[in-house]
Amino acid sequence: MFFRNHAAVAGLALLVFILLFAFLGPALKPGDPFEMVWSPFSPPGSDGFWLGTDYLGRDIVTLMMAGGQVSIAIGLAAAAMSVVIGVAVGAFAGYYGGLVEEALMRFTEFFQVLPTLLFSMVIVALFGASLLTVTAAIGVVSWTTVARVTRAEFLRIRELEFVTAARAGSARDLYLIFRVILPNALPPIIVQANLMVGSAILFEAALSFLGLSDPNVVSWGQVIGSNRPYVLDAGFAVAIPGLAIFFTVLAISLIGDGLNDALNPKLRQR
Amino acid sequence: MNRGDKLNRGRDAGDGGGDGGGNGSGSGNRSDGNGDRAAGHALRVENLKVHFRGARRSPFRRPAVVRAVDGVSFQVGAGKTFGLVGESGCGKTTTALALMRLAPLTAGRIRLGRRVISDLDGEALRAARRHFQMVFQDPYSSLDPRKRAADIVREPLDLMGIGAPAERRGRALELFAQVGLSAAQAALFPHQFSGGQRQRIGLARALATTPGLIVCDEPVSALDVAIQAQILNLLARLQRDLGLTYLFISHDLGVVQNICDDIAVMYLGRIVEQASRAQLFTRPLHPYTQALLAAVPRMHGARDGGSRRARPARLAGDPPSPINPPPGCHFAGRCPRAEAQCRRESPKLRSIAGGHLVACHLVD
Repeated sequence: MFFRNHAAVAGLALLVFILLFAFLGPALKPGDPFEMVWSPFSPPGSDGFWLGTDYLGRDIVTLMMAGGQVSIAIGLAAAAMSVVIGVAVGAFAGYYGGLVEEALMRFTEFFQVLPTLLFSMVIVALFGASLLTVTAAIGVVSWTTVARVTRAEFLRIRELEFVTAARAGSARDLYLIFRVILPNALPPIIVQANLMVGSAILFEAALSFLGLSDPNVVSWGQVIGSNRPYVLDAGFAVAIPGLAIFFTVLAISLIGDGLNDALNPKLRQR
Repeated sequence: MNRGDKLNRGRDAGDGGGDGGGNGSGSGNRSDGNGDRAAGHALRVENLKVHFRGARRSPFRRPAVVRAVDGVSFQVGAGKTFGLVGESGCGKTTTALALMRLAPLTAGRIRLGRRVISDLDGEALRAARRHFQMVFQDPYSSLDPRKRAADIVREPLDLMGIGAPAERRGRALELFAQVGLSAAQAALFPHQFSGGQRQRIGLARALATTPGLIVCDEPVSALDVAIQAQILNLLARLQRDLGLTYLFISHDLGVVQNICDDIAVMYLGRIVEQASRAQLFTRPLHPYTQALLAAVPRMHGARDGGSRRARPARLAGDPPSPINPPPGCHFAGRCPRAEAQCRRESPKLRSIAGGHLVACHLVD
């Protein structure tokens, strides 16, 4: 089913290409991304540098490979983290209702009203800028929408007769939550998780842009951030990592869409 | 037992539809002697109450209480079918859910066979659930759309750990055959079935744990008439073969007349009349029951002309709110014969003759 969805297959192909580029590319074209190899602001194609060099004369191809590894890893890990927290909070709030729901939703609102960028900056500032803290900072500020979506779905689905039927078959609470209601609540959560990967990559870019990401590694956002002052002179150094982020988010969205359809038995062909 | 010929007429119509649908053994006469080899359990419900507390609007006022079921008592013999009828919102479904221990019990005692299921809790209740199962009203929402038919049917077995995991698949296929589905359909998803087939899956799920009681909550009201007859015949056949006890909830008197041994009429959370099928349909005593029966559309209007009885007036208005029911008889506001006493005193359910119970001041 998934493979009959052309958009999803295109997204998958695109993502595979980006992953191969980021993770296998360095094997074909070894090099230290921080090394200054040529004169700054060489435009793409000049002197054997396909994508040119940035303001310090670093090879943008090498930067894109190393940056891709970091950006994609942080995007996926932070999105996974926010989905896990969000689904857990939303599921218990929506299933149990009452005081549990009140407490969990007030907790969620507390995180919602915090200015996300500021809060994650505080976390990074407090615990140091490493990949782990950046990932955690992004995960901790972005789970609230997943929690609200999950809760809303649980509120709707828990009243359906098949949930009552499972209860009549002596299902326990955890079975009802994770085996009966959650699978039926998945479509909007998957969509939300997809958006989350994209926004986590962008969020990391924002943190790097502000100089708050791990200085020892390079990410796409960091390349954008460091070349920002020269955007009028050498726009390509900002545009190339920007396009990489755009296409990665696009690919993941297309895959998520296809996955959503493939998981829905009503749309599945026999 | 006492079954008038008029009743048989009603049943023949239903059976004919079933045979047309290829449902196998629609042989018509339900044997009367299934009580002695019954595997079903007798059900005894005493003073069942389910009250729901509304939201507290202000700290100085007591929150409103909805008396969805307000003191319902009845008994069903093993292997018999007990019908519960009434209009929407009268508490039929809440009664069913309370019996299934799926709605909170405010008060009351439920006894199934030798078990007092109203006292059970936690794991004991989980283990006892295999003895009472339910068929739901809406076949479109009562099956998990993400599970395959065979997995839906075997779910109670998996949840209660009945039989070895390897045997459960065989049991599911056996149940498929029992309700008239083919083994080839086991791997399909619910949306690939028609409404009647879905209700068969729901029935197979209810049968999976070999329960003694099946609560049928309007099992045919969502189906069209030809399919209704098939499902009713299937229910009757299963009762004959397995000796099941049914609590059959419906708002359709024709269906109830077709399948039930005894019938109770509910109005706003209480039983207002209870009698055997023959008594209820030939001599309804409560004005509400009379109005309900008068509202049933009839096919034989012209021929019945000779023996036309004075028909009670059609009911107007709606039942009062179960939040603040008026004092006295709940039905008084709509009753064509209500007197001053009806608005003051709530009538008790009392026995008139031969097990015919009625809650009305005007009947003696």
